Amino acid sequence: MEFTLKKEHKLLKDLYQSFAENEVKPLAAEVDEEERFPIETVKKMAEIGMMGIPVPKEYGGAGADNVAYAMAVEELAKHCGTTAVIVSAHTSLCIAPILENGTPAQKEQYLPSLAKGEKIGAFGLTEPNAGTDAAGQQTIAVLDGDNYILNGSKIFITNAGYADVYIIFAMTDRSKGLKGITAFIVEKGFEGFSIGKKEKKMGIKGSATCELIFENCVVPKENMLGKEGRGFGIAMKTLDGGRIGIAAQALGLAQGALDETVKYTKERKQFGRAIAKFQNTQFELASMDTKIEASRLLVYKAAYFKDQKMRYSKEAAMAKLFAADTAMEVTTKAVQLHGGYGYTREYPVERMMRDAKITEIYEGTSEVQKMVIAANLLK
Amino acid sequence: MNIIVCIKQVPDTTEVRLNPETGTLIRDGVPSIINPDDKAGLEAALDMKDAHGAHITVITMGPPQADVALREALAMGADKAILLTDRAFAGADTLATSTTLAAAIRKLDYDLVIAGRQAIDGDTAQVGPQIADHLDLPQVSYVAGLEKKDNSVILKRQFEDSYHMIQVEMPCLITTLSEMNKPRYMRVGGIMDAYNEKVVEKWTLEDIEVDTTKIGLKGSPTKVKKSFTKGSKPAGEKHEVSPQEAGKLIALKLKEKYVI
Repeated sequence: MEFTLKKEHKLLKDLYQSFAENEVKPLAAEVDEEERFPIETVKKMAEIGMMGIPVPKEYGGAGADNVAYAMAVEELAKHCGTTAVIVSAHTSLCIAPILENGTPAQKEQYLPSLAKGEKIGAFGLTEPNAGTDAAGQQTIAVLDGDNYILNGSKIFITNAGYADVYIIFAMTDRSKGLKGITAFIVEKGFEGFSIGKKEKKMGIKGSATCELIFENCVVPKENMLGKEGRGFGIAMKTLDGGRIGIAAQALGLAQGALDETVKYTKERKQFGRAIAKFQNTQFELASMDTKIEASRLLVYKAAYFKDQKMRYSKEAAMAKLFAADTAMEVTTKAVQLHGGYGYTREYPVERMMRDAKITEIYEGTSEVQKMVIAANLLK
Repeated sequence: MNIIVCIKQVPDTTEVRLNPETGTLIRDGVPSIINPDDKAGLEAALDMKDAHGAHITVITMGPPQADVALREALAMGADKAILLTDRAFAGADTLATSTTLAAAIRKLDYDLVIAGRQAIDGDTAQVGPQIADHLDLPQVSYVAGLEKKDNSVILKRQFEDSYHMIQVEMPCLITTLSEMNKPRYMRVGGIMDAYNEKVVEKWTLEDIEVDTTKIGLKGSPTKVKKSFTKGSKPAGEKHEVSPQEAGKLIALKLKEKYVI
């Protein structure tokens, strides 16, 4: 058993760190404050291949693995939760399902432009009445000649508006329940597809989170992803992979908050000495660091399992559960250790704390992760 | 067009900390980087490749760990990488280093040889010019800009208070300044290729033709007699005064030091 990174992973980490430090960190506060989608950063990431990391070269990707991808999301999230989730949703929720379920023609048509970052991807499963209970899908798709006609709406869709390609789930046969859900590849610009209201959020404010509206939206039947009625399985498998991305985001947020706190507690003086000299500070930092390292091992392990084509559903759920809870705990403690300054926007830890909360909610709440883990135990 | 870029792997001096008790550098855990002036030279070569097409060979002399610096250069877009590594090369001063590098470069085709102005760990600025001398090439140091024109390069050479524009016929050697450009990032796919598809050629003493008395520690005339840590300067004085008084005070201090 080895716990060392591969040589290429080390160099990739150098690249991600220097990119995040120079291109992402300087914009992080502004992106949050102005609730602005950092499109210029997406273009820069596209140039260096960060929008298609675990995609084979034949489809225009970087040909790296999921460990390399998780590390990228982690490094971005150290400085900006928004930028990290843009990459995660694009890669895990749009590219991955096409790569894993697409026909050769669909892969040919959609993957190169997505992997090169010329186009942005998104994923639409959640509806007002179908969150954790995905079977409550109200969006319907009816075959009409060569097209499916979609009607309904999706909410809380990451990258909405900026994305060009959307993986959308709709009921093709309500009588079959979960087996009546089908996945589709929907392009921005398809007749009858529009973007609805943008959410005002607590954190990851630069990430575009909007409603998607389908009013007699015309989707060519060759854009059905996988077989009819197999949408639920595709969604669940996609979310298994997505959890690695979100777990990596949580890990990065926690690490970023810890890094800030180590720096701050060494500088901040109270009672005549740096607060890092107090044992309470040391104990808090030690516990934060330990939980972050445990999160990292879980995240990398889940990514490694996916790379090895092993079952990784439970590992991804554990990684997300633990990393998200750790992110919330660590960022909250980071604010506490910064004292009053930590509560102000002068320091990044308050933003990190707001950004961290969503990692316990989206792509399966922490409770859903426990359901997945328990289901694996009790099967 | 064939370009050879000489690079050196150095400790990232911006990350070096001092041991407060001994006053010595703490090198443990300090990351290694491509020397900034050399990286600018590589970027200039890559720019030329983008504009005119070129084949870029990066070369370094160093221990096996310098492999990663060459992989980084490959991931940025260099075509070929050579690591000159042999116990016989170890302990070299600038003269022995340039002798070894020049011997390797002689085995390659080149139109333009690029070296960084100086390394941030040694700051001698000698290796580039010495290579030019060994290879009997025209050289221009302190280059802050270059473009290709027919069979020559037009160079912007930095002086203290001005630039010189110089046209030099190739083959030639230039030394580049880190201020001249902002080196590109590696590409993710480039890193994968650098490790999985490209090779770093390891050249030892057997691969070059060189007088063995002129390389390594034996071939190094430079002897370090003593090394010591520079004493720290005393704290400066701080005066909170009006601008008029400040002017007078500055003039007085300058006079005390015979500056004016």
